[in-house]
Amino acid sequence: MSGTVVEIIRPESKGGEEEESSIVTGRAVYEHPYIVRFCHWVNTVALFVMVGSGLQIFRAFPSFGAKIPQKDLLHWPKAFAIGGWLGGALQWHLTFMWIYVGTGVLYVGYQIFSSNYRQVLFTPRDIPGVWPMVRHYFFLGEKPPAREVYNPLQKQAYTTVIILGVLSVLTGIAVWKPVQFSWLAWTMGGFHWARVWHFAVMWAILFFVVGHLVMVVLHGWNNFVSMLTGWKRDPEY
Amino acid sequence: MKTNESKMDEKKFKQVSRRELLKLTPVLALGAFAIPGWQEGLLKKGLGFSDWAAARLFRSGHLATTFEDSEVAAFEKFPINGYDVDDPGVDLENWSLTVGGAVQKPGEYKLAQLQALPRVRQNTRHVCVEGWDVIGRFGGARLSDFFALVGADTTARFITVKCADDYYESLDMATALHPQTLLCYEMYDRPLTREHGAPLRLQIPTKIGYKQAKYLTELKVTYVLEKVGYWEDQGYSGFYGL
Repeated sequence: MSGTVVEIIRPESKGGEEEESSIVTGRAVYEHPYIVRFCHWVNTVALFVMVGSGLQIFRAFPSFGAKIPQKDLLHWPKAFAIGGWLGGALQWHLTFMWIYVGTGVLYVGYQIFSSNYRQVLFTPRDIPGVWPMVRHYFFLGEKPPAREVYNPLQKQAYTTVIILGVLSVLTGIAVWKPVQFSWLAWTMGGFHWARVWHFAVMWAILFFVVGHLVMVVLHGWNNFVSMLTGWKRDPEY
Repeated sequence: MKTNESKMDEKKFKQVSRRELLKLTPVLALGAFAIPGWQEGLLKKGLGFSDWAAARLFRSGHLATTFEDSEVAAFEKFPINGYDVDDPGVDLENWSLTVGGAVQKPGEYKLAQLQALPRVRQNTRHVCVEGWDVIGRFGGARLSDFFALVGADTTARFITVKCADDYYESLDMATALHPQTLLCYEMYDRPLTREHGAPLRLQIPTKIGYKQAKYLTELKVTYVLEKVGYWEDQGYSGFYGL
């Protein structure tokens, strides 16, 4: 169960006497349930493949205008793309999209039904805590005391990226099936614009990923291990 | 949430942590995609699954969006994409469509016979697998009307076509019977030009561009698909409905 707190102890027997006492050597909190960790890592791989193959697909027509005349927007290097050619990239994209969506649905479903979403969902009561965190991170302000697993700024980032994940799927459906889901494509301005939004959402997710990785490095080993074992040793709260 | 507070000794904590870490080993199964001998087969399965899902999403009665004349791109701005040559040199005077397979009246069909069928004109979006799209104006006979003319067995599963430039393609029966699926002989109210597939091409607003073969010479109704299509045999999706 997430939120479980344990004190880690080292038992010591005092010479001769039967009584055992112990020394507390640290605390640990079970932060991330198994499903959350499983989905996090599978989705990480899926996201990597979706972005890599998506950029290879984009290479086939690196523009958002008309075909005639074609004005290229960006020449993405082939070395940073997956699939080798358009057909290969589509195979990767149309295979991993099921893994990407599958873990996304499993994650969101689990969070809702286990009530674990409370740990991560940004709500209006988190708003006052955002600015002190921003001041701390960007303007060297004093660090506000940590009270929960995630601070308000983290909740805001994670909630946003979940929404971006949903949008990446919806815009993807509109690009893949603009006729069967014409209503969905219509909300985005038609197939042509759905493709633009799909591309934009990808960059927004990548922006999150960069920030996420920087924070992981800054917050150290115990924090990283918690996404592997679930347990965070010596939390700040 | 401190209600669950308890004590655990160092050794036990390490054991618990290790067990939780090992529970993540199923994630490594994704590594199967990195094994050279397996990669191709796995991706083929994944693409096949997507095609299966796509075929189930297809709705026979759902029409592709049609557009006003003012939204149609200028004819010169309608891209020409051939897999080989823009003009395979079709003898337009003596052209006929060879019809075979599960049909009651197989044989050679002239363009005039197709033009005698009700003419449908539609402004629809053409989407290329590369990512570009263009709204064009197309005219022709419904494939379903042509099926009635030749007495096609619509319980058959596929339609295959061959082209003057050696291109070949196939269609599922549900899409072939869709009211917007045309044997197209007109663009912008004029006979098809050679680059756009004269004298006859498929025009299917519910399919991706490469399924809409040009320069048709042969059409067959069949229960078994021997080859899917030129691009499909290079690795593209076989169904690719929009």
